[in-house]
Amino acid sequence: MTRIVDSFNNPYNDDKLIEACALFGMMNLSGRRFGVKDPLKAISNMRERSNGLGAGFAIYGLYPEHENDYALHIMYLNMEARERAEMLIRENFDVLEAEEIPVNPEAKVWRPPSLWRYFVQPKKGATNISSHDDYVLENVMRINTKSKGAFVFSSGKNMGVFKGVGFPEDIAEYFCLDEYKGYMWICHTRFPTNTPGWWGGAQPFNILDWSVIHNGELSSYGTNRRYLEMHGYYCTMQTDSEVITYALDLLMRKHKLPIEVVAKIFAPPFWFEIDSMTPKERSFYTALRQCYSNLLLNGPFTIIVARTGEMIGLADRIKLRPLVAGIKDDVFYLSSEEAAIRLVSPHLDKVWYPRAGEPVIARLKSAEPLETLATP
Amino acid sequence: MKSYLEPEFIIERDDEKCTRCKICIEQCTYGVHYYNSKNNIVRSRDENCVNCHRCVVFCPTKAITIRRNPTQYTENWHWTKEVITDIKKQAETGRAILTGMGCDKPYYTYWDKILLNASQVTNPSIDPLREPIEIRTYLGAKPDKLELEMKNNDIELKTKLTPQLCAETPILFAAISLGAVNFNVHLALARAAAECGTFMNCGEGGLDKRLYQYGDHIIVQVASGRFGVSPEYLNAGAAIEIKIGQGAKPGIGGHLPGEKVTQEIAQTRMIPVGTDALSPAPHHDIYSIEDLRQLIYALKEATDYTKPVAVKIAAVHNCAAIASGMVRAGADIIVLDGIRGATGAAPKVIRDNVGIPIELALASVDQRLRDEGIRNKASIIVSGGIRNSADIVKAIALGADAVYIGTAALVAIGCTLCQKCYTGKCPWGIATTDPRIAERLDPDVATKRLVNLLQAWSIEIKEMLGAMGINAIESLRGNREQLRGVGLTETELKILGIKMAGE
Repeated sequence: MTRIVDSFNNPYNDDKLIEACALFGMMNLSGRRFGVKDPLKAISNMRERSNGLGAGFAIYGLYPEHENDYALHIMYLNMEARERAEMLIRENFDVLEAEEIPVNPEAKVWRPPSLWRYFVQPKKGATNISSHDDYVLENVMRINTKSKGAFVFSSGKNMGVFKGVGFPEDIAEYFCLDEYKGYMWICHTRFPTNTPGWWGGAQPFNILDWSVIHNGELSSYGTNRRYLEMHGYYCTMQTDSEVITYALDLLMRKHKLPIEVVAKIFAPPFWFEIDSMTPKERSFYTALRQCYSNLLLNGPFTIIVARTGEMIGLADRIKLRPLVAGIKDDVFYLSSEEAAIRLVSPHLDKVWYPRAGEPVIARLKSAEPLETLATP
Repeated sequence: MKSYLEPEFIIERDDEKCTRCKICIEQCTYGVHYYNSKNNIVRSRDENCVNCHRCVVFCPTKAITIRRNPTQYTENWHWTKEVITDIKKQAETGRAILTGMGCDKPYYTYWDKILLNASQVTNPSIDPLREPIEIRTYLGAKPDKLELEMKNNDIELKTKLTPQLCAETPILFAAISLGAVNFNVHLALARAAAECGTFMNCGEGGLDKRLYQYGDHIIVQVASGRFGVSPEYLNAGAAIEIKIGQGAKPGIGGHLPGEKVTQEIAQTRMIPVGTDALSPAPHHDIYSIEDLRQLIYALKEATDYTKPVAVKIAAVHNCAAIASGMVRAGADIIVLDGIRGATGAAPKVIRDNVGIPIELALASVDQRLRDEGIRNKASIIVSGGIRNSADIVKAIALGADAVYIGTAALVAIGCTLCQKCYTGKCPWGIATTDPRIAERLDPDVATKRLVNLLQAWSIEIKEMLGAMGINAIESLRGNREQLRGVGLTETELKILGIKMAGE
């Protein structure tokens, strides 16, 4: 299997990246766009959970002027990689705009790669509209595995990921994030125990509309990865978050399962719980565990998942990593620590600690985040 | 013709300890011990001894020791004692050398070169005494995806799964036929399987009617001899297994000598008393993969698609391609039996030279099915020399869904692997149908010993899972990141799909 840029990505060829993290997500449920100030303040407050070796942001509602174009954010480790990748891009896409992502060279970041963004549409006639996502996914995989040093780290519409090696405030400064706005921000800062110098190893991890930030380490990584490979998803970065992102794409986009069900695949009830359910529930959860046993995410994790109009929080089935949710008027928060939420919104209407394996889902325009699927 | 063979074992009897109670004489079915009344002494015919330890265990004063005959031929690495002895045996009989149990050669055990992972610091290990660790395993074909229907805030499951076996532990009892062993052994295996929520495979000799009550925990086998196969039999079990091959004797049929075919065996096998029961080498209605498909679907039709159908093959060189064909032919479970797989009787040359180690077969079959995108369409059960819970955990991490244990189960109830099952005189009352010897095996005691073994191994599996930070066995399945190799070549590591320890 091709792994991209091994020497940067994973010099010791570890099975996967191991890290501890802080997560923060903030969403305006009415869709009003806001700037970096609050998310940055909150994520920076959880400095104890990080060590300056990786941070990042995903912003939704970012490019309203390019609402229907795929925005590809690409890291290049060398000039040749850019040439190879741009050739692939020109072959397969109509490029509407291409530019170097504006950065502030004064910021304290470590060895930044060359960073570019492209607004693209699949080449006319190359594919029909309904399979645009598959087409983009396929080409992202191709660039990441074939161009030896190019890495597409963001590929959704009207959203974008900015990430790299540094503390969150450094990354925000480097990417000039004070010039951007969105209705939803998810932020990550990390404490990796390996692969410290790889910009692509920072989070959020993104594919198409999906962005994932993740705190934890999957003991089931090998099982999850080999199952996804069977479905055409090749994990090029050996990160847990990558596995989770691909699993979401497979289950929600391709298998058309609702997030409430996907949460129960990632963090299913125990058999002793299933055995005491009503016959209908029992047969539903049994089938779910039988069919999707390879996508049970085992080991400690908390994830915050974002996609257009939706933010989801989920902790593992025995909640070995923290997750807290809060709401104030029409602003919804998810965080590793309550203090981070309180820092930006001291007088919350409601704050709660979601139970193990119970997803918290916030949707645009919905009055209240739902804690759902007590019954199928 | 004078035999040039020497006794393999020497009996040493501590005359001071011996009380002349004659229990050894009574217990030995090979006529080794005898009493000399003139001198009031118990003596031995060493040449008859098979080293089964029955007399050693049952001697009330522990007066008996059995030693390998220390007399050696002139040292020669090429012409070993085993080689010389085999040639002499064949020069005296003109026959193939028969043996029992699995290949005993030193060079095929990869389990011992694979090590397991555990969580430290970055990922908490889980204590099975305090938190649930799940080892329930469903065996059978799984759909590619589930179709759901949303009906006014309610989720309806549209996809219906094909029949599954639910095992509370990923350990099943391997096929051991009635005839190779007696009814008491079958009874104990069936009861233990039922008590532990798992399955026993009845083997190719049919299923005694008295065991039909345990049918929910029995896998019935259909082999080339079709012994005991009837619509009633097929419907009596929870699943059906088509046996194509056996790890101990790939490509070879079976032969149960007429003297073992008692009334009880004859009735269950549906053959006349005292006749030899011959299983042909191939199924004579399966000369090709499409024939296998027909048999699989004939059996599914006969049972109204209510039971999963397994197909068992011996692990051979191209088993990955064969397994892929089996899955496409409709097998819900594929069973791979490695070179260590045991038998009641097989030609020694076949047992020790034909087939491949189960570890390599499993690794390549699992990977091939994934490469072809059909791994979910069948479960994999492996067998052939699974010795302990660590072997099981390693097998599942390599890609198995569950394991069959045969030899280990028999050892639990007394077997000492003397490899003389084919004589029908098993002094432990296992591989014998002679009612006077068979009654030595108390089914209640044997059941308890089997239940204890499964319980002990299940606890150990949970301990190992917890140490890895895994609380459901499905997250170990195919999780080769949890394995590392030691003392293996690059090619071996590549086939096993694992890294070297330290990497």
